[in-house]
Amino acid sequence: MFNDILERLFLGSDIDTTSREDVKGRLKLVLAHDRSNLSPEMLEAMRRDILEVVSRYVELDSEGLQVALESDQRATALIANLPIRRIKAQPQP
Amino acid sequence: MGRIIVVTSGKGGVGKTTCSANLGMALARADHSVALIDADFGLRNLDLLLGLENRVVYTALEVLAGQCRLEQALVKDKRLKDLVLLPAAQNRNKDAVTPEQMKQLAYALTKKYDYVLIDCPAGIEMGFQNAIAAADEAIVVTTPEISAVRDADRVIGLLEASRIPSKLIVNRIRPSMVQANDMMSVNDVQEILAIPLLGIVPDDEQVIVATNRGEPLVLSEEVTLGGTALRNIAQRLEGKDVEFLDLNAAYDTLFSRIKKLFRSK
Repeated sequence: MFNDILERLFLGSDIDTTSREDVKGRLKLVLAHDRSNLSPEMLEAMRRDILEVVSRYVELDSEGLQVALESDQRATALIANLPIRRIKAQPQP
Repeated sequence: MGRIIVVTSGKGGVGKTTCSANLGMALARADHSVALIDADFGLRNLDLLLGLENRVVYTALEVLAGQCRLEQALVKDKRLKDLVLLPAAQNRNKDAVTPEQMKQLAYALTKKYDYVLIDCPAGIEMGFQNAIAAADEAIVVTTPEISAVRDADRVIGLLEASRIPSKLIVNRIRPSMVQANDMMSVNDVQEILAIPLLGIVPDDEQVIVATNRGEPLVLSEEVTLGGTALRNIAQRLEGKDVEFLDLNAAYDTLFSRIKKLFRSK
């Protein structure tokens, strides 16, 4: 709290991210892709397939869909955030 | 049997050869026998950094071709009697040797030397495969830049696949830029690469002076911050517990002092 105020006082109220945060964000993203060895096309195909399967059972909120690779401690994970609008009464073939 | 350690990075120009030369010298100063192998065939530089370029007669290639004995190719350092260099051939390319041949050379050296340090070429092709073939452990050198860290990550993955444990050196840290949030910190880099930290080396102009003279930093009488950092790394290699340098101390500003004051409450 005090630190935030101090930082604003002394360093100016910088709402923009620092280049250090930028580079960390870019690196994490690029490394997740490097480590998984998945091409963007394959990732996109996988995303489509996952959505297709899930959509048979539930209705998804297309606005909030997120499928991305994340990397932590040298392990890569596929993180999917699929907000459900409603459950379908009968699974559709 | 000596330890075989490869110094590698993926990207070129991040300080592999400087680290190899200095760690070799620092270990030899601490009374260990050290053999440095230049695995950068076609683009050799380790002889220059050590100031031994005028004394190279034979190279690893002549040894492998049976044109001379291994001992004849080893260039003995005059400053430190426990240090030798096995030079790479300059007139050939990286395909001139095979991983098997590199193993043969490195294993022969472990019989006589406590440490066999292999200076790996940049890249992840044949030269890299040759350099890591014999290694028991690896030192990955990187700088706090996006391209160097990405390449280091790739190399760490390849080392893992070959079951070679690796440790990290973050080179050319500029504390003032880190404090201004314009450079990744050592912690940032280490968190991303997720391998144990072996050392931190601050950006030090004296490295260029040392290279000009062919006298690695760790040898000089008045040791600079960079030289101390490299000596510390050598001690950690020996298994000693040495604290990491606090690089921020020199950049104690009014702002950071007031900030600390509030943090302590």
